[in-house]
Amino acid sequence: MPSKEDILDLYFIDARHRLIDVAAFLDRVDRHTGEPDYRVEAFYSAIEALVAHSEKSEKSRAQAVLEAFSDHSETPLAKATIQSASGAAKP
Amino acid sequence: MKYIEPHAHMVSRTTDDYQAMALAGCEIICEPAFWAGFDRTSAQGFYDYYCQLTDYEPARAAKFGIKHHSWLCINPKEAEDVGFAREVMSIIPEFLDKPNVLGIGEIGLNKNTTSELKIFEEHLALAKEHDLPILIHTPHLEDKLKGTRLIVDVLKNSQIDPAKIIIDHVEEHTAGLVLTEGFWAGMTLYPESKCSAPRAVDILENFGMENIWMNSACDWGVSDPIAVPKCAIEMKKRKYSPKEIEKIIYDNPLRFLSQSKNFNI
Repeated sequence: MPSKEDILDLYFIDARHRLIDVAAFLDRVDRHTGEPDYRVEAFYSAIEALVAHSEKSEKSRAQAVLEAFSDHSETPLAKATIQSASGAAKP
Repeated sequence: MKYIEPHAHMVSRTTDDYQAMALAGCEIICEPAFWAGFDRTSAQGFYDYYCQLTDYEPARAAKFGIKHHSWLCINPKEAEDVGFAREVMSIIPEFLDKPNVLGIGEIGLNKNTTSELKIFEEHLALAKEHDLPILIHTPHLEDKLKGTRLIVDVLKNSQIDPAKIIIDHVEEHTAGLVLTEGFWAGMTLYPESKCSAPRAVDILENFGMENIWMNSACDWGVSDPIAVPKCAIEMKKRKYSPKEIEKIIYDNPLRFLSQSKNFNI
């Protein structure tokens, strides 16, 4: 199995690049006019879930982020009003 | 390296894609019935699609030395109208004896509605009646967690052997739900959603290498028909042995698919 250093050598630059992209995306959203959007709120909730992770967490960071974007209701919908998904559950 | 592409929608792809897959070592492609990017307006449209999946596409794949299998169903996106879905389902049995048909799929849920669940359960009954394996689609993005939970609940009450069911498109938050109940899990490698290659290898590290496969699910959207061999290279970069890589991209799909009486290599 690869060492921690091997993993960093393989993925650090790419992960750094993606993190800066996230930061730039949030700046871009702020810079433009429009109504508040549930997807942005969900994005910040996902970031909070990521940052809240600790050694004691039962779930991985990836799992916590995915769950932050997820619909946690339990009963089936009576009817589909759209066919697609937006990426974040509507509050 | 030889590999099996266990989930690809080749009706949406070009001959260049077939050629790239053949060059990358693809020996077998399995094609589930799916949403074509638009709603079909009649059951006859599905009849034509099933003919395409069972007659025309296998011949097209054979020109590249690739064996083609298919799964049949009406997909959950077009199952909201229960009456229409039942009309389509009534034509499926006449295709089940076609030599390339593996089983029922990709059934499942899309927006997690009561109608989708009803048609999902009726597909399960059809598979049970004909003793066929089942390939299940889980919903996209924010709907995946809820949909996977609903699907697993229905399956647990279906009295179908979980070893004959693969639940596809798992990610970090759903892989455990699927594998701990004894179902097979599929990981889909997409450029913009579902799993990236590094995350798929992470899932193997966290959930093990048994009863799991990876696929490209390449279709009419942004997708990569050679995502599986690319992920095999990712495994190589992570120091997996050739034998371990072959287990994931060839042996595991072979083991699951061999449960279908029409599957042969």
